[in-house]
Amino acid sequence: MSEKFKVTIDNIVIEVDPGTTILNAARMIGGDIVPPAMCYYTKLQGSGGKCRTCLVKVSQGSEKDPRPMPKLVASCRTTVMDGMVVQNITSPEVIEARKGVVEILLINHPLDCPVCDQAGECHLQDLSFEHGAEQTRYEFKRRTFERIDIGDKIQLHMNRCILCYRCVFTADQITNERVHGVLNRGDASEISTYITKAVDNDFSGNMIDVCPVGALTDKTFRFKNRVWFTKPVDAHCECDKCSGKVTLWYKGEDVIRVTGRKDQYGEVQDFICNTCRFDKKKTSDWTIEKPTEIDPRSVISANHYEMEHMLPVIDKKIM
Amino acid sequence: MESLSNRKKVLEQKPMTFMERMYLPAIFQGLSITIKHFFRKKPTIQYPEQKREFSQNFRGIHSLKRDEDGRERCTACGLCALSCPAEAITMTAAERKPGEEGLYREEKYAAVYEINMLRCIFCGFCEEACPKEAIYLDGDIAPANFERDTFIYGKDRLLEPIHNKVQNS
Repeated sequence: MSEKFKVTIDNIVIEVDPGTTILNAARMIGGDIVPPAMCYYTKLQGSGGKCRTCLVKVSQGSEKDPRPMPKLVASCRTTVMDGMVVQNITSPEVIEARKGVVEILLINHPLDCPVCDQAGECHLQDLSFEHGAEQTRYEFKRRTFERIDIGDKIQLHMNRCILCYRCVFTADQITNERVHGVLNRGDASEISTYITKAVDNDFSGNMIDVCPVGALTDKTFRFKNRVWFTKPVDAHCECDKCSGKVTLWYKGEDVIRVTGRKDQYGEVQDFICNTCRFDKKKTSDWTIEKPTEIDPRSVISANHYEMEHMLPVIDKKIM
Repeated sequence: MESLSNRKKVLEQKPMTFMERMYLPAIFQGLSITIKHFFRKKPTIQYPEQKREFSQNFRGIHSLKRDEDGRERCTACGLCALSCPAEAITMTAAERKPGEEGLYREEKYAAVYEINMLRCIFCGFCEEACPKEAIYLDGDIAPANFERDTFIYGKDRLLEPIHNKVQNS
C-alpha cells in the first residue's frame, strides 16, 4: 500500500503513511494540537498505552465507516484510517478526561518538586500545570518506598514513579536479558531489579533520560543544582560505544551533568553510554557545538536574556 | 513672536516698594514662623533609640523559618533565587544525613544560604515564590555598615532561632 491516508486532527488535514499512529500524525502537524504523552517514546518499541494522557476523541472512524469510536482512544496506540477525524483540544470531553488522568497520575506522586532533581524538566510537572486541577481530592496516605540504588550511579525513587514502563523497555532494548521490570500488580506494582541485582549495562544511564518524572535520577547530579540555574550546551566526543552526541549542563565553569540530547517532546535523539554520561565531566573531554535551544517558555530559559527569543506576545512586525 | 498656544505667561518685573526694600518686615515674619515651631509637637523621633511601628505589609530583613518542631523549613529548591529580580540570593544544597531528621524538614536542605542585602530591593518575591513557607521578610530595616562584606547575610544571621517552646520540651 503506497497510498497515503488523509486524517483531520482538530480541523487540520494531513496526509500520512498507513500505519502511523494518531499521535505521530499530530506531531507531524506540530503545535498545540499534539497530545501530551507520558509513556510513549518513539525510540522504544512497544512503549505507549499505559498512561492515558494522550487520549483523543475519534469523531469519525474512517471514510468507509464514518461512525465515531465509542470511547476516547489512546492516540499513541491507535493507527490512523483514511478519512479519520480526530478531536484533541477542540473536544471538551478530551480536556475533561485528561484532567482526570492527571489527577489519577498524581494520586501517589509526592508533591516534593522542591526537593526533586527532575523539577524544571519534569513532564508530569508540565502536564499537571497545563491540564491538572489545582487541588487534590485524595485523602488517603500516598504509598511510600525507600530509595533504592540501582548500581552506584542511578537512584530509584519509587514514590515518584508513574509506572510508564519506559525504563523497562529501555532495559529490554539495550540488553539481551531482562535486568529489571515491574513487580506485583495494580496499586502494589513497583519498578525493581531482580533480587536487587545492580544494572551494570553500559547504556543503563539512559533510564534516567527516558524517565518522564524524577523516579530515576542521576546520583552524580543529586542535589548539585537546580536545572534552571544550569546552562545546557550541545557537545560531542569520539566514543566507540555510542554516538557521543550529548548535552552538557554547565554551572559556571563546571560540567555538572551530562544527558542525551532531547527533542521538543523530551525524547533523546541518541542513547549515550555510561562512560559519556558519568565519567566525562570536564570541558576538555568534549567538543562544544552551541548552546542548546530551549523553549523560551521553559523555566530553564528563565533569566537567560541572551537566548534572544522573543516571547510570543510580542508582534513580529514591530521587531 | 506671537505664541501659538497662547499659554505663555508674561512676567512683569516691578521695582520693589519701600517696605520691601527695608527687608525687616519680611525677616520678622520669617522669624515668627520659626519661633512658632518651637512650641509645636515634634514630628521627628530619635531613630535608633525610638522606632516607629511598621505597617502590616512592611518588608524588612528576611528570616528563614523553622517548623513547629524546630526544623529548618528551607529545602534549597531555588525558587526564591529564580524569582529574585535583583539576583541577591544564592544557595548550596546538601543532602540530609541519617540522624539529622530533627534539624531539617526535608531530605534536602540549604547548606549555604546567602542574601546580599546591598542587591536586595525588598520586593518580597522570594516570600511569594517559596513553596515551603520558609522565608519571610518580617525583620527590621537592614542596618547600615561601613564594610561591604557585612551585607552578605548567611544562614547564621538569617535563620530564626529555635523556639523556646521546643527547647523546653
